[in-house]
Amino acid sequence: MAWFVLIYLASLVLLLITAFWSIDPFTTQIVQVWNIDNFRIILTDPTYRTIVGRTAGLAALVTITDVVLAFPLAYYMAKVASRRVQSLLFAAVLLPLWASYLARVYAWILILNHSGVLNWSLQSIGLPAANIGYTNTAMWLVFSYIWLPFMIIPTYAALERVPDSLLEAAADLGARRWRSTLDVVLPLALPGVVAGSIFTFSLTLGDYITPILVGGAGSQFIGNVVYSNVGIANNVPFAAALATVPVLIMAVYLLTAQRLGAFEAL
Amino acid sequence: MIAGFWTRVALRAWAALILLFLFFPILLIFFYAFNTSNIESWPIPGLTTRWFGSTWNDPDVRAALLLSVQAGLAATAVALVLGSCAAFAIHRASFFGRDAVSLLFVLPLALPGIITGIALNAFFSFGGVTLSIWTVIAGHATFCMVVVYNNVLARLRRTQGSLIEAAMDLGANGFQVFRDVTLPLISTAVVAGAMLAFALSFDEVIVTTFTAGSQSTLPIWIFGQIRHGILLPEVNVVVSFVILVTIIPVVIAARLTGGGGTARVPAAR
Repeated sequence: MAWFVLIYLASLVLLLITAFWSIDPFTTQIVQVWNIDNFRIILTDPTYRTIVGRTAGLAALVTITDVVLAFPLAYYMAKVASRRVQSLLFAAVLLPLWASYLARVYAWILILNHSGVLNWSLQSIGLPAANIGYTNTAMWLVFSYIWLPFMIIPTYAALERVPDSLLEAAADLGARRWRSTLDVVLPLALPGVVAGSIFTFSLTLGDYITPILVGGAGSQFIGNVVYSNVGIANNVPFAAALATVPVLIMAVYLLTAQRLGAFEAL
Repeated sequence: MIAGFWTRVALRAWAALILLFLFFPILLIFFYAFNTSNIESWPIPGLTTRWFGSTWNDPDVRAALLLSVQAGLAATAVALVLGSCAAFAIHRASFFGRDAVSLLFVLPLALPGIITGIALNAFFSFGGVTLSIWTVIAGHATFCMVVVYNNVLARLRRTQGSLIEAAMDLGANGFQVFRDVTLPLISTAVVAGAMLAFALSFDEVIVTTFTAGSQSTLPIWIFGQIRHGILLPEVNVVVSFVILVTIIPVVIAARLTGGGGTARVPAAR
């Protein structure tokens, strides 16, 4: 077992070291000379800045969308629904999570394509077709869909732990329902929401399959560039250097999340 | 009163809409699997079962299915042994750096799949290992192991040490304690972990992309077909099948662990 862990760790360390090497442009062989050219290119070339910005921006947008979609449902599950409905809903949220990832992306290709369900429904109620297949909008929708259960579950778990007596106390003290939601429920649910956002944010950040399948011409993600540098360009050092970007972003994100107490809610 | 009447109505409607949002796309695929036309447009013109036969007779699909099953079973077997051992070690021992090691075990799930993928890819090419089914198994075992480890460790933490002490007081030796007390207590967690591990492996694309050579597993085949937009009727059938294969073990695992195991959302991508 120890050698297995060692192989994994050795791979990661090797990857980090490779990031500081480069390749010979003619032979595409790895040249083992220490340099920081890869990182300089990533930081100075506007193409890569755009790609990093797009990836992180969409990851943030997906996270916000999922918070908005998940919170009312989580609140309903934790505070309003009966025990039976609660456990049914819990199972219903978990199931799509386990249904094949590719299958769920593919389903959206079927829905969003030119003659798909979306356009058909819009046209049958007299609206113009929404041709959003193969765009950044499609990516936003698909990512929000795929990672939604990851947001619902921790938010639900956090809300479930808010004692009803606190809400009753707030009401006794004269707080209106919206007031007590804002001042009592939200602060207590925040660690759960942040825990969910770790999943939605990091999963979007590292993805490259969805951009390939539902994205369009201007939809490249960090992962896509890494992927093509390993597969097609065979420039592993550059891919490795670029792969450190999402890891660094996540490290900052996790440190912030830890301060907000999200780890206790995981 | 936690919510007023209209708030309740609104929340209930919201819950219904989200459920529809979650399940509609999945159900849609099953419809498309019976589509008479080979053009994927809505509404589908009619229902047929002919794609099931042609998919089953497609040699590429069969080869991919075989590889997926082999890799899934082997990775699960490796994960069962290593994951359970790791869980026992972490649970029993209190050695220096235990927390660091336990963090290490979850790393393959916490890091994006592409990092694990290119790290293993770089390692294999550096070490001169040819990519084959064995490298796929090694790649899958990294994250499968974590699932088994998590499940077994969670169960070990919940079982009472006094049971084992009682068995020892009654004169059982180490092996007897393991066989008659520990194993029955953790067996459902082990089985649940194995089921989840297989479901994860059967659906994995990213690590597989970087650790498989020229051969494809079922998800790699699906990915290729969707990407190039060919043989989509067969894709519908295969995808429906994969949904069932990944969901059924998870439902069983949830029954075995009372839902706990499946909720610790492992994201191996």
